Amino acid sequence: MSEIWAMIVKRLALGLLTLFVISVIIFGATELLPGDLAQNILGQSATPETVAAFRRELGLDLPAHTRYINWLLGALQGDFGTSLANKRPIADLIATRLSNTLFLAVYAAALSVPLSLALGILAALYRNSVFDRVVNALALTSISFPEFFVAYILIFVLAQSGFFPSMARMDPSTTFGEALYRTFLPAVTLTLVVTAHMMRMTRAAIINLLASPYIEMARLKGMSPTRVILKHAVPNALAPIITVVALNLAYLITGVVVVEVVFVYPGLGQLMVDSVAKRDFPVVQAVALIFAAAYVLLNLTADVLSTLSNPRLIHRK
Amino acid sequence: MAVFLTLLKIAFAVAAALALGWLFRQAALTVTRGEVRKELRTAPVTASFGMLVILIYLVVAVFAPLIAPYAEREVVGGQFLPWDSTHLLGTDNLGRDMLSRLVYGARNTVGIAFVTTALAFFVGSFLGLLAAIVGGWLDQVLSRVVDILMAIPALVFSLLLLTIFGTSIITLILVIATIDSTRVFRLARSVAQNIVVMDYIEAARLRGEGLMRLIFREILPNALAPLVAEFGLRFCFVFLAISALSFLGVGIQPPTADWGSMVRENATLITFGDITPLLPAGAIALLTVAVNFVVDWQLHRASGLKE
Amino acid sequence: MSGQGKKPVLLSMRGIRIEGRSGETWSDIIRGVDLTLHRGEVLGLIGESGAGKSTLGLAAMGFTRDGCRISGGTIDFDGIDLRKASEAERRALRGKRIAYVAQSAAASFNPAHKLIDQYCEGPVQHGVMARAEAERDAVELYRRMRLPAPEEIGFRYPHQVSGGQLQRAMTAMAMSCRPDLIIFDEPTTALDVTTQIEVLAAIRDIVAQFDTAAIYITHDLAVVAQMADRIKVLLKGEEVEEADTRTMLAAPRQDYTRSLWAVRSYARPVQPPVTKGVPVVSVQNVTAGYGAADVLKNVGFDIHARRTVAVVGESGSGKSTTARVITGLLPPRKGRVLFDGQPLPPDYRSRSRDQLRQAQMIYQMADTALNPKLRLRELIGRPAQMYLGLTGKRLTERIRELLRLIELEPDTYIDRLPSELSGGQKQRIGIARALAAEPRFIICDEVTSALDQLVAEGILKLLDRLQGEFGLAYMFITHDLATVKAIADEVVVMQNGRVVEQGPKDEMFQPPHDPYTELLLSSVPEMDPDWLTRLLQERAARK
Repeated sequence: MSEIWAMIVKRLALGLLTLFVISVIIFGATELLPGDLAQNILGQSATPETVAAFRRELGLDLPAHTRYINWLLGALQGDFGTSLANKRPIADLIATRLSNTLFLAVYAAALSVPLSLALGILAALYRNSVFDRVVNALALTSISFPEFFVAYILIFVLAQSGFFPSMARMDPSTTFGEALYRTFLPAVTLTLVVTAHMMRMTRAAIINLLASPYIEMARLKGMSPTRVILKHAVPNALAPIITVVALNLAYLITGVVVVEVVFVYPGLGQLMVDSVAKRDFPVVQAVALIFAAAYVLLNLTADVLSTLSNPRLIHRK
Repeated sequence: MAVFLTLLKIAFAVAAALALGWLFRQAALTVTRGEVRKELRTAPVTASFGMLVILIYLVVAVFAPLIAPYAEREVVGGQFLPWDSTHLLGTDNLGRDMLSRLVYGARNTVGIAFVTTALAFFVGSFLGLLAAIVGGWLDQVLSRVVDILMAIPALVFSLLLLTIFGTSIITLILVIATIDSTRVFRLARSVAQNIVVMDYIEAARLRGEGLMRLIFREILPNALAPLVAEFGLRFCFVFLAISALSFLGVGIQPPTADWGSMVRENATLITFGDITPLLPAGAIALLTVAVNFVVDWQLHRASGLKE
Repeated sequence: MSGQGKKPVLLSMRGIRIEGRSGETWSDIIRGVDLTLHRGEVLGLIGESGAGKSTLGLAAMGFTRDGCRISGGTIDFDGIDLRKASEAERRALRGKRIAYVAQSAAASFNPAHKLIDQYCEGPVQHGVMARAEAERDAVELYRRMRLPAPEEIGFRYPHQVSGGQLQRAMTAMAMSCRPDLIIFDEPTTALDVTTQIEVLAAIRDIVAQFDTAAIYITHDLAVVAQMADRIKVLLKGEEVEEADTRTMLAAPRQDYTRSLWAVRSYARPVQPPVTKGVPVVSVQNVTAGYGAADVLKNVGFDIHARRTVAVVGESGSGKSTTARVITGLLPPRKGRVLFDGQPLPPDYRSRSRDQLRQAQMIYQMADTALNPKLRLRELIGRPAQMYLGLTGKRLTERIRELLRLIELEPDTYIDRLPSELSGGQKQRIGIARALAAEPRFIICDEVTSALDQLVAEGILKLLDRLQGEFGLAYMFITHDLATVKAIADEVVVMQNGRVVEQGPKDEMFQPPHDPYTELLLSSVPEMDPDWLTRLLQERAARK
């Protein structure tokens, strides 16, 4: 058992290292900018005095590594500096938006994970049946749709007829039930996009295993198809399925950006897109760091869970 | 009721598409022979439909100036004109002809996505094959770099890079190609690693063959099938990524006609019950569906007809 | 054992036809075979790969693999028509009244569950026993299968148990519902000979104890001679002949059966050992390994021109590692390899082109040793082009000459892909590729073990002839003592990375032996049906 802990600790350390390198990339990327950052932002017409003042304000007169360390230490305490666009502390901008984005992502995950696992297992069980073919073709189609297409179709069909709001406004007074109702369309959009991927990969992971000799053995022991899948295939498909789920939850992070823009949802994604347009570097950096951290954490969790699900690793010789 | 009608329309469209696919396959079977014909016979209607769509897009992209009734950037009338006989699909937010922009969009959007995919593909698969066969520190370094780059969500990473480098078509292509080549690298490396352990590679090494001979003569021919399928999948990803970026306003910039930005520019119409802005989005979706159907057929064939 | 006083018929298969799908078309795998099995009887099903043995065995359970279907005939199991029965009815029989033991127990046990859980699944699901009772029963059967620590072994996962033990645990599992019939599908093929003995003995005893009928599928005649009451010979989906075991061994009626028997008698004349002169290859005090462990410990032997040295040992003995040291894929930690008295650089990348040319290799699996995308012209021509600088017409002429040497018609074959060849032909291409370099030394790594006996014999004869023509030195890696007897001049026996014994072949097959050589030699099954019984008695007496 100690070996497996050593392995997990190693993974965690590797995850931390990855996060650290990513933070360097995210911070260092702005250093790649040709010319002077302050000049760049203010434009060519700015006087040298304004540029110099701006440089001091941004802390650009300090050496790069000092600025990086200050930025990272700040970020670890939740202080990401101030926005260039409106001079407000970035932490204030992010706080509510982060919880909004998380709410939407968890909402979509709660819909899509059970749905796609069930569909994937059923498709594997009844593979090559009409059900399987239809589900597969639908999944393939839905994978191929850009998120904004799915979103606008839903708006067109459901919001037009007045069932659901096409804009997902959120404010502090919104109750939980109301929030579920208002964010229904964005959550369904994300669900549709992610479910297809997850379902296909779950099906593939299980079918892949069905060719194994131990599955044939189970069938030759007279076990029913349901038992063969649930008792013999699924336990061995856990590691790939966990990876699939994590991969797609991570994909939600990307999907969130587009969906938030379509539904004018006050989340991190929309903030990031707005800031990109305004070239508000500190905000883009902060949001990118948060997204990347979430992504790394998800993958790390999946890694650890799939390690724990492997009997060969848990029960050593 | 509206929902029901829509569903009915969708069902009709699907049936029509499959019928078209079937017709196309029958037509293709009469003009081809030999190996190609044998291959085509195994194509399901979905894949035939996919091939037909891809063919149509190619024709439209190549002959765009001949097909489009107006020029790409010409303002030809009022804003948001409805569909009529002069402007079949109406006009957009600046009064440009929607149909013409859709046609030119095929050239711009698909072309840029194709160039980007090709670039990502050559870089990624060459480095992937190299890492697998050389192994050692080169493999370690390349794989760690790719691990790190892949640990940042693709869309977020491209947003970050585009903020910094600005949004010209060249930077767009380079940024997306770089990010995507990491995914190609992973696949090419793992495909090649399965080949590298084969005895015939050991035999070639022991014969004293050089690196380039090993890569291009011994490994590449055996890795080609999965790589070609991957090219289709990557194209879909790149195409969707570029469209998403354009939709967000940081991809292909106006006044270039591009499907992603066309959706964004005209999105307001949707809330008024006009489906025109959905057309470019649908054009994107249709091509991706088509490519996916063809790739799915090829992957199914490559998996050895096991089922 | 014998057929007198026949018991009632348990299984009767009449005119069985089974088709397999490749691409769009269906082709016959089994073409109208009859099979009758009485209660408590063991029927040996024997044939080469592709004969349809496993397919027929599975059909006895009313089961076909994906891509196969039963297209004709009747299967009657104890009054139940298995073809007409519903899938649920067949399922109720499988595991309960007809059980199956697979070739690779390591792959056929589910890695996610403990052995005892897999044992109990059948009895509990079929409603034969309650869980607690099944667990007690498992321990009892593990004991009868002579598994070590029968009370505990069930609580391990498959990967924690060795191959020979897993195979016995799988037989115990097949017995769990006390079936009327067990299908054994090559249960010992994946095992080493010394392990095989224990498994064979355990299977034979338990089948006799419970008076279970069995179909025993194998390609190994000597094995089936120990296990079966009757033997049925299959060839390409058709029955060749069937007879009582002793009759079949003593007097096979059909030519094909006789040819199977005859293969084992091939042996080339022994050449006198070389004592003088410089050996072509000399392995001296080699210690080598991966990671921290030494796989080879102080290995040394010489190979002279026109001589074949057989390196013999079970899996993990270090045979193939020795070959990797000689070819330079694995530089040794200590010791060296001499070629014509000159030390070879330890790493193949530092060897000259001529040094690489002189030592060639032929692989076990011709399928993975030939690049599937290259035509024979390039596969064989490349070494000639690279090492000897042949091009154009002269190269083509050389390729044609090489094809003739390996007895393949040049015009027919020169532009084929490996996938358009049979297994034996592929192995011949491997030989031609080695010859194309005009080497003086060839390593043959288990070159015949993936081939059927008749084909293997052809390959051995070809190698033998080429050695005479070109004065080659061979190093022959094998685990099969019949091959050693057929082709070797000298033998090197390896165990756990050490050479335990070496010398001329005739001396090796004569006592006295090193204890391990003794064990290895005595474990090779013989055609005599009483061999296993006698061997077990002898070993028991010695203890």
